[in-house]
Amino acid sequence: MTIYTLYIFDRNGTCRHYSEWNRKNQSGLSIDEECKLMYGMLSSLKSFVGRMSPVDQKESFHSYRTNKYKLHFYETPSGLQFVMTTDLNVGNITDILQQMYCNIYLEYVVKNPFCSREEAVKSELFKTKLDEYVRGLPIFATKLS
Amino acid sequence: MTIYSVYIINKGGGLIYQYDNNVPKIEVEKTFSYPLELTLKIHDEKVVVAFGQRDGIKVGHVVLAVNGLPVNGRQLEDGQDVMELLNNDDKYPLNIKFGRPKLSKNEEIMFAGMFHSLFAISVQLSPVPHSTGIQMLETDTFKLCCSQTLTGIKFVVLSDPRQVGQDSFLKKLYEIYADYALKNPFYSIDMPINCELFDVNLQQALEQADKITVG
Repeated sequence: MTIYTLYIFDRNGTCRHYSEWNRKNQSGLSIDEECKLMYGMLSSLKSFVGRMSPVDQKESFHSYRTNKYKLHFYETPSGLQFVMTTDLNVGNITDILQQMYCNIYLEYVVKNPFCSREEAVKSELFKTKLDEYVRGLPIFATKLS
Repeated sequence: MTIYSVYIINKGGGLIYQYDNNVPKIEVEKTFSYPLELTLKIHDEKVVVAFGQRDGIKVGHVVLAVNGLPVNGRQLEDGQDVMELLNNDDKYPLNIKFGRPKLSKNEEIMFAGMFHSLFAISVQLSPVPHSTGIQMLETDTFKLCCSQTLTGIKFVVLSDPRQVGQDSFLKKLYEIYADYALKNPFYSIDMPINCELFDVNLQQALEQADKITVG
């Protein structure tokens, strides 16, 4: 099990944070462009899922998988989106993304008066804490292969 | 296995086959007196609930029938305008049936194209090399499984979120497509499938798949 990337978007589509750990392939776009593409894909996926669903839904989709990676999605009621890509052995990690929001984003971004609400988070403390949290997760276990 | 619907998308993103197997019906019927507690608006030629979610009637539901008369778009079967009728206090009490709107043919075609592009973008955004596109999409109300053949045809199955074993069904679907659509001399490739044998065999496969979990 391993974690590849993490994106945090706010409700306006700005990428608030991006980090990568064991990423093996670049998309060939700049990070900026890639974030835009990712946000665009997610918002299309959300409307796609909302309309295709045979019954009324409360939440949107929580993950999709291809033959090589799995993308997990969690959206807070305020429209903040946490997106994590991992390998295929990882199960449902909605609770981990929720924890990340409660324990790290809220503590070190929302409660930090110097953090801007519109652009990418610059706080080094937030970045360090987030990195520590992700590296400490059981699903981060990297087997050097 | 509960399979809601089946889609087949050609290599250009066009929908060439769609079949609804057992889509659950969500309908609420209620008698209202004037004034109506719900706010309705016209959206996409349908009368849609815009505000005032209550008693199982959700925002986004459409008016399906008034006093037992089915509604077509924004008009009743007998030609009366639904909005006019609902704004007229002499006609109350009215019995109105609300429900989740079914996908129209146009929407089905649009979403097939949309899925085709999402599939392509998911390949580009892959953090690991040589990834395929979306194979399984999980939501809290349904699960979408997709398999793409070497020739670029996508088979998409929507099923219950707790279901497993869609892979074998997708394989079976490909087999049926190869046997009864491709081998049909009157079928032209990448065009909508109108083959009787294909329909019959697909329905049989769906029935069989339904039985698997029951047994």
